[in-house]
Amino acid sequence: MSIAATQKRGFGAFLWDYITTVDHKKIAHLYLFGGGFFFLLGGLEAMIIRIQLATPENDFISAGLYNEMITMHGTTMIFLAAMPLLLGLMNAVMPLQIGARDVAFPFLNSLGFWLFMFGGILLNFSWFMGGGAPDAGWTAYAPLSTQSPGHGVDFYVLGLQISGAGTLMGGINFLATIVTMRAPGMTYMRMPLFSWATFITSVLILFAFPALTVGLFLLMFDRMFGSAFFDVALGGNTIIWQHLFWIFAHPEVYILILPVFGVFSDITATLSKKRLFGYTAMVFATILIAFLGFMVWAHHMFTVGLGPVANSIFAIATMAIAVPTGIKIFNWLATMWGGSITINSAMLWTLGFIPSFTIGGMTGIMLASAVADYQYHDTYFVVAHFHYVIVGGTVFGIMAALHFWWPKMFGRILHEGMGKLTFWLFFVGFHLTFFVQHFLGLMGMPRRYWVFLEDQGLDTGNMVSTIGAFLMAVGVVIFLINVFYTWAKGNKAPADPWDGRSLEWAISSPPPYYNFKQTPLVRGLDPLWVEKMEGKGEITPAEPLGDIHMPNSSILPFLISLGFTIAGFGFIFQVDHSAYLILVFAGIGLALLSMLIRSLKDDHGYHIKKEELEREAD
Amino acid sequence: MSHDHSLNPETMPQEPEKATLEGRNKFYGLWFFLGGETVLFASFFGTYIALRNSTAGGPASTDLFGLGLVFAMTMILLTSSLTSVYAMYHMKNNDFKKMQLWLAITAFLGLSFLALEIYEFTHYIIDYGFTFRSSAFGSAFYTLVGFHGGHVTFGIAWLMALMVRNAKRGLNLYNAPKFYTFSLYWHFIDVVWVFIFTVVYLMGRVG
Repeated sequence: MSIAATQKRGFGAFLWDYITTVDHKKIAHLYLFGGGFFFLLGGLEAMIIRIQLATPENDFISAGLYNEMITMHGTTMIFLAAMPLLLGLMNAVMPLQIGARDVAFPFLNSLGFWLFMFGGILLNFSWFMGGGAPDAGWTAYAPLSTQSPGHGVDFYVLGLQISGAGTLMGGINFLATIVTMRAPGMTYMRMPLFSWATFITSVLILFAFPALTVGLFLLMFDRMFGSAFFDVALGGNTIIWQHLFWIFAHPEVYILILPVFGVFSDITATLSKKRLFGYTAMVFATILIAFLGFMVWAHHMFTVGLGPVANSIFAIATMAIAVPTGIKIFNWLATMWGGSITINSAMLWTLGFIPSFTIGGMTGIMLASAVADYQYHDTYFVVAHFHYVIVGGTVFGIMAALHFWWPKMFGRILHEGMGKLTFWLFFVGFHLTFFVQHFLGLMGMPRRYWVFLEDQGLDTGNMVSTIGAFLMAVGVVIFLINVFYTWAKGNKAPADPWDGRSLEWAISSPPPYYNFKQTPLVRGLDPLWVEKMEGKGEITPAEPLGDIHMPNSSILPFLISLGFTIAGFGFIFQVDHSAYLILVFAGIGLALLSMLIRSLKDDHGYHIKKEELEREAD
Repeated sequence: MSHDHSLNPETMPQEPEKATLEGRNKFYGLWFFLGGETVLFASFFGTYIALRNSTAGGPASTDLFGLGLVFAMTMILLTSSLTSVYAMYHMKNNDFKKMQLWLAITAFLGLSFLALEIYEFTHYIIDYGFTFRSSAFGSAFYTLVGFHGGHVTFGIAWLMALMVRNAKRGLNLYNAPKFYTFSLYWHFIDVVWVFIFTVVYLMGRVG
């Protein structure tokens, strides 16, 4: 593909380009699109939940449908919205920050996206076929999940298995990229915090997801092939699911939060015009949080009856995480201290994040106390806590990152006025929705209940919560309008709109498809800032201009993912009729055949010639 | 830059599997993948250990396992790891023919292991009526050992594809990392089996 071929073409060619692309920047667009779509879907489910709970004994939706709503809201938001959006940001930014032309495995990168997308679509097909969506909660505890009638939980199992495999590939790709492809001079301790967060998050993905894979296999075998892992009559043990699930799902919440810690670190430093306070402490705090994150899964299981010793150990380990997290909060504050702060949308989200997330952290410490947890367990207090960290942390972080890196990703700056309006509506709506839920929980309102009774002191709180949810929804709609407005007639972005410090701001917005014409030479932490302070203002190249090696596009990732999805439908419906096994064989056959073609066909990529690069400079 | 990385023993780099960026990526990528696989098998082992006495009145490990067959399987798989080391030794000396020979022996040993495992499973099912659905112990046993067997099967298929694809063109810096990453994977499968031998069969004998 030459540069001339990247000019305007028809919609079909545009679609084909995105389906076959292996360019990390385009894969980032796909992740943002896919994750954004599922975020809206999950948000819609949240609104239906809040409408049902707006008044006592409401019958807006039936009890069964309510169970499906809460299950799909949780599952969609965590697996299909938050994580893909974060993976999209990592894809867009991390290779640029470390001065790489590409990622280590462009093909795997594309495969990871398509597996996620197909897994998400498969999961959501449950609404239309097989007797309803999964309804056993996003945690799918056995034996509730093994006994759940219909195919809902089967869709949960296969959908998450397929999209989880994609996430694992994404993690391995980022790890190898950071190990082997940093630019000359970009030592580990010079990497921007977002790249560090990507690295550590990928480690978490690598070691956490296989536990989910195993848990889902066991559940799949029990539901579809008559095994007895969770069947107590045959000696099974339902607690195994809880362990496997939380061994995955606790690190998972750090997979959701660590990347945005990186986002806030980069934004705080850039928009305060100061070097990040305590860079080394920030890096080690990230590593420590990740490490401790694997040691605390049983704090979700305090009431199971593991015994006082186990509960105490897990309680103390959980509280210990507050230390590195506190280090981070104080370092952000110290970075802003005395800085020349620009208050724009990205900075507003950052400023809103610090108190919101701290409240979530504080209730986290309260929940970590095993004794007190017997009171909080399965109440709205828990719901309030995890929404404070996941919305107040992850969603705020994603919004901050989108406003900050939108110009780099799409070449246009989001409208500031609408950006600020989005923030204020969402920020106020968020606190209205969830702050009051702490008290609803303490007053005894259990989570996952379809209705509550009148005059129990819960009426006003629930109404306030629902009003807040509508404010958040309006905020999101305004953000969408902003996106379309910017796409149609937003201001063109310069290469460096925020007076940036790291390498991504040294190249044009959006970057050329080969990223760096010449690999940059990194001469310190905040490499672009170093050059600016020395009066040069641009990065020194580490090599003379030469041919650039690029990977070829491929349709195979799409076909492999399609194959596994077809097999997924087969697995789900072979329980009803063994004829559906044909789909299993056909789907896995397609996937394996595509993999074999990938293995047998040499793919050396292509080179952009030096002359072509020189011509382009003119 | 030419795509033809054909080599002779004089120009062969010290570590052909890591001589190119693509090779280094594959090398690290596979190591990371094995890290994830470790957690995968650790989870299966944890499940098995929790359920190994949950026989629900069906056959127990002390009734089923005989060490003779499993010892033979262990020796075969360990030897196949050794033969893959020989193959990598010849790869580094750019002796393609000998590498293919040792890889063929590796594949043969892998297939022998697989045949014995299939025999073992049929033996349990037919002679003892011990199946995947008999008890939680049965489910955990067949899942853990079966996933390992699945990994062996995939490894053999991978190896065959590599050998056939490259049979006529010899070694170069493009395919050397592919052979090398296979050998890493194969060693990993072997290590997992050592744990299965210990945790499932040896511990199963003492009950």
